[in-house]
Amino acid sequence: MIAHLPALQVIIPLVSAPLCALLPAGRAVWLAAMAASWLAFLIAVLLLDQVLAHGPISYLMGGWPVPWGIEYRVDVLNAYVLLIVATIGAVVMSFGRIIVERRIRLPESKQSWFYTAYLLCLTGLLGITITGDAFNVFVFLEISSLSSYVLISIGRDRRALTASYQYLIMGTIGATFILIGIGLLYVMTGTLNMADLAARIPAVADTRTVRAAFAFLTIGVSLKLALFPLHLWLPNAYAYAPSVVTALLAATATKVAVYVLLRFFFTIFGAKFSFETMQLDKILLPLALVGIFSASVVAIFQSNVKRMLAYSSVAQIGYMILGISLVSVTGLTAGIVHLFNHALMKGALFMALGCVSFRVGAARLDRMAGVGRVMPWTMGAFVIGGLSLIGVPLTAGFVSKWYLIVGAMEKGWWPVAVLVLVTSLLAVIYIWRVVEVAYFKPVPEGQAVREAPLALLIPTWALALANLYFGLDPSLNAGVARHAAEMLLGVGQ
Amino acid sequence: MRILGLYNYWIFIILMMCGFYVVISSGNLIKKLVGLNIFQTSVFILYISMGKIIGGTAPIVIDKAVVYSNPLPHVLILTAIVVGIATTSLGLALVVRIHEAYGTIEEDEIHAQDQEDAL
Repeated sequence: MIAHLPALQVIIPLVSAPLCALLPAGRAVWLAAMAASWLAFLIAVLLLDQVLAHGPISYLMGGWPVPWGIEYRVDVLNAYVLLIVATIGAVVMSFGRIIVERRIRLPESKQSWFYTAYLLCLTGLLGITITGDAFNVFVFLEISSLSSYVLISIGRDRRALTASYQYLIMGTIGATFILIGIGLLYVMTGTLNMADLAARIPAVADTRTVRAAFAFLTIGVSLKLALFPLHLWLPNAYAYAPSVVTALLAATATKVAVYVLLRFFFTIFGAKFSFETMQLDKILLPLALVGIFSASVVAIFQSNVKRMLAYSSVAQIGYMILGISLVSVTGLTAGIVHLFNHALMKGALFMALGCVSFRVGAARLDRMAGVGRVMPWTMGAFVIGGLSLIGVPLTAGFVSKWYLIVGAMEKGWWPVAVLVLVTSLLAVIYIWRVVEVAYFKPVPEGQAVREAPLALLIPTWALALANLYFGLDPSLNAGVARHAAEMLLGVGQ
Repeated sequence: MRILGLYNYWIFIILMMCGFYVVISSGNLIKKLVGLNIFQTSVFILYISMGKIIGGTAPIVIDKAVVYSNPLPHVLILTAIVVGIATTSLGLALVVRIHEAYGTIEEDEIHAQDQEDAL
């Protein structure tokens, strides 16, 4: 059983997905989906534990030897990303039932399909992360993308439909670019296995085909991870999707795309080719900085709080890319640890917003007057998530900002460090706008708003407390991230 | 002559650019999907032509054959074709729903309606 954990990680949600479609709507289907997502979480914990104790795991699908068969390869980096995805998948699922029953525009007979799409999305994300085969990445990418288009389109607002359509177009272009890149690599090397590709690319690295493959992969993955200026699909998709879906996607989908970026540029092409020959950092760094700055400024002017946090996500992705483009152990650690921390903070924030819109009816700023007093627990979680987003000491967000600034200082890049601090202040402004309205504006007359139900509050607070825990004891998130960064750069082993 | 000999790759590039142009320039949601399809199909041609070896036979072990075409890219692209069908059908389903909600499938008219809602 233990030997098959890598396969089970993907197969359990994959098989549970059609199973959920067969169950009647209500508690039963939710419990089945819960069982699947918490099992996936348990497996991710066991995998990370095994990898930390015994080193990378290689699992051969169907017993076919590499490079002919598909290999699932789990090392520190993807065990860590698996844990993030599975944790968020399970916590958000716990949060999901009431929202699905009362807040989603689906007739009761179709509600089971929500869980099918959710589990397929989770399958895709876990699959992208665990596989050691480049073409398999594309297949799982499409599984997760197609199901996320469905999930976004069931938002209450009709703009959810156009947002989903827009994402479909952009996402398909991105995925097709990745497909072209993988195809060109296959032409040159005759293999799809990632480790095998890494071994064979250096011999043919100085050809136009490999450079074209590199370019296609860069653009394709950047579209998927919503790197500025390829982020245009993201704000609407996050703003109009149901809150459960936004919490899942914001905390996992872009993180997995960042993981794909790391895997392709560091493991397959190698840091030397990506950053010395192709000089990718010279493109990523300015884009990351402009993205952080402009998205933070735009976030300040949003009246829809969900949309505000979506723009903030674009900025946070910028921080991760900034860390990566420093190409040093500290910089990479910052990027990778921010994957983890951003999943926690955005998960908590979007779930808290889900609680608010569950009671108030919408996540608009003008509807949130005084909710801090009538929904103290919900807004408490929101404030903790917000503090973590800003990067206040004792929260998880501080850990990532710390590594990022140290990484920039190591290179002597003072302006970059200053910009990180300034944009953190921009985050203070947009979080403060919500806090001000929620706590200092009077509750409108005749508005009977109560605290959100416990079924929503418990998962929200679980993530909010995780933000505090990992701020006080960063040995898991930062420790493992450092380990992964050293592995990617091939130092310190 | 070498350039002409690579005609399959030229077709791939021309189709890809045509499809891409339609996706970007067209304001009609159905036409955008048509463009997306052409774009995806061009990649199928890329994959299929790279598996072809001149003089190679089908990959079946028989006595006389020495050179075989590579079946792997063909199998891979079968998967991508399935993905393409799923994307198209989902896209069309979304267009149907958009038409129900907005009464139009022209991007600028949808945008105008959204602007009115925002006011």
